[in-house]
Amino acid sequence: MKITKQEVEHVARLARLEFPEQEQERLTDQLSKILTFMETLNGLDTTGVAPTSHVLDIRNVMRDDEPVACLTQEAALANAPDKAAGHYRVPKIIE
Amino acid sequence: MKYEPVIGLEVHAQLQTKTKIFCGCETKFGDEANTRTCPVCIGMPGVLPVLNRTAVEYTIKTGLATHGSINPSSRFARKNYFYPDLPKGYQISQFELPLCEKGYVEIVVDGEVKRIKLTRIHLEEDAGKNLHQSGGGASLVDLNRAGTPLMEIVSEPDIRSSEEASEYLKKLRSILRYIGVSDADMEKGNFRCDANVSLRPAGSKEYGTRAEIKNVNSFKFVQRAIDYEIKRQAQILEGGGRVVQETRLFDSEKGVTFSMRSKEEAHDYRYFPEPDLVPVAIPLERVEEIRKTIPELPDAKRERFARQYGLPEHDADMLTQTRALADYFEEAAKLSGQPKAASNWMMGELARLLNADGKDIEVCAITPAMIAGMLKLIDGGVISTKIAKTVFEEMYRSGKDAGAVVKEQGLVQVSDSGVIEQIIGDVMKANPGQVADYRAGKDKLLGFFVGQVMKASKGKANPDMVNELLKKMLSE
Repeated sequence: MKITKQEVEHVARLARLEFPEQEQERLTDQLSKILTFMETLNGLDTTGVAPTSHVLDIRNVMRDDEPVACLTQEAALANAPDKAAGHYRVPKIIE
Repeated sequence: MKYEPVIGLEVHAQLQTKTKIFCGCETKFGDEANTRTCPVCIGMPGVLPVLNRTAVEYTIKTGLATHGSINPSSRFARKNYFYPDLPKGYQISQFELPLCEKGYVEIVVDGEVKRIKLTRIHLEEDAGKNLHQSGGGASLVDLNRAGTPLMEIVSEPDIRSSEEASEYLKKLRSILRYIGVSDADMEKGNFRCDANVSLRPAGSKEYGTRAEIKNVNSFKFVQRAIDYEIKRQAQILEGGGRVVQETRLFDSEKGVTFSMRSKEEAHDYRYFPEPDLVPVAIPLERVEEIRKTIPELPDAKRERFARQYGLPEHDADMLTQTRALADYFEEAAKLSGQPKAASNWMMGELARLLNADGKDIEVCAITPAMIAGMLKLIDGGVISTKIAKTVFEEMYRSGKDAGAVVKEQGLVQVSDSGVIEQIIGDVMKANPGQVADYRAGKDKLLGFFVGQVMKASKGKANPDMVNELLKKMLSE
C-alpha cells in the first residue's frame, strides 16, 4: 500500500512533528513498506474470530472508589519548565 | 420556504464519585490549584491508569435508567489532540463499544409525550482548566479537574425546537439526580451541553449541514443559542447560501453564536484502542443488581401521578422534576386527601414564593402537613380561598401553621349573614347612583358591589354568601 507524501505531512502535523524534506521522503517510503507488510494480514480468513480489544486476555481490572494521597503542589510542578502562582505556565492560548 | 430545525444534543455530566476515573485523587473543587493531582492524572511517563469501578457502575445505572442496552463488552480508546489542559496529549474516552447504547428519554411538549432517542452513553476523563492572564503573553493551567469522570450522553437528532431541547436537558438532569450519579449542576459546569443544529426544508428526510455550538452553560442560554442558530441558518439558506460545517460558540452578552475554528483538521482525532486498559465486561447478574438500585424515575412517577391523582400531564411533569418536589406533593396529597388542590397550591403560590426567593422546596418553611391543614380550613369554610393566599404567605414567612395564622391575624371568614347584610346595607347607602343603575338593568354592576363589600370586610366575607345576599338585597 502506498502512502503519499501529503499524508505523511498531515500525520506529522497532527503529531506536532517536523522533518526536513529528505527525511519526509525516506519516511514516506518506509511507511509504505510497513503498510504493505501489514496487508499480508488481510489475506487471513478471520471469519468467526472476535476482534482483539487487548493483547492480554483479561477484563474488568478496576479499583474501588477510595481516595489516596495526592502530590503536593510543589511536587506536581517540580518538572514544569515554567510555572507561576501554583500553575503550569504555558504560551498564551489564542482565543 | 419553511425550514424544520433538526437538533441533537451532547451532554457531558460529571459523575459524583469520590475519586477520579483512573487514579485515587479526590474530585474536590475550589481547592488550591494543582493540589489534587498525581503522576497518573498529570500524565507522567510510565504510569498506568486503573479504572474506577463506581464510575463504570454509575454509567451503567444511567444507561438502564434511560432504557438503554449495556454492551456485554466495552472498551476505552485514545482520542489524540494537543491542548495545554490535556497533559497526556490524548484523552482516554470511548469510541467503538461504549458502555451503553440505544436508550431514550421522554419529554412533555404541549401536553404531549415525546420520545428523544439516545445514541450512546460513554465514559471519559475531563481535562484541566486554563486561565487566561490578561496581557503577559501566557496562560496558566490547573490540572485539579484533569481525570474527573465524565459521562457523555449523545442524543439522536430527534429534537425539533429550542423548547424541546430545554425540556430534554431538564429531564436528563432530573433523571441523573433521581438516581444519584451526578448533581448535574449546569452553573458549576458539572452538566455541559453541545448542540448540533441544522435546518432542512419542512417535510424533507435528508439532513442539512450542521453547526455545532459548544459548551453553553445554562438552560436559558441553550435555548437562546439554538434560536439564534436557527435564525442564522434560515437567513443563509433563504439567501441561497450554504451553511458551513463548523464549531461555534455562544456569546451570552450579545446573544449570538460565532465561528470558533474550521472543524476539518481539528477533528482528526486518530482514535485507537487504549492499550493501558483492558476491556470491561460487567456480568449480567451485576447489571441486574444495579437495575434494582434504580428508584421510581420521573417518567414513571409522572404517569402514576396523572393516573393515581388525576393530574394533567403538565402538572404531573412539573411535580416530578425533582424527587423532593414529588415526595412533598405525595405527602400533602395523602394528608389532605385533596391532591388536585395540593398540586394547585404547590404549582401556584408555593412556586411563586420559592422562585422569588430563589429557594428550593427542601428549605421551605411550609411543610406538606401545613398545606393539608390550610386546605382543611378552606374546606370547612373557616377561610376563603382569597384569604388563604394571605394566610399562605404568612405561613411561608413565619413557619406557623394555618390555624395559628388565622387566629393571630383575625382572618376567620365571616359567614354570619347578619354581619354581611349590614355591610351590604352600608355599601348600598354609600352608592345610591349605582344601586339605581343596577335596578334599571345594569347587571354588570354586581361585580362592583362584590368588590366594595369584600373591601369593606377586609376580604373576610364569605364570597358565596356575599354574592347571594347582594343579589337578593339589590333586587328588593
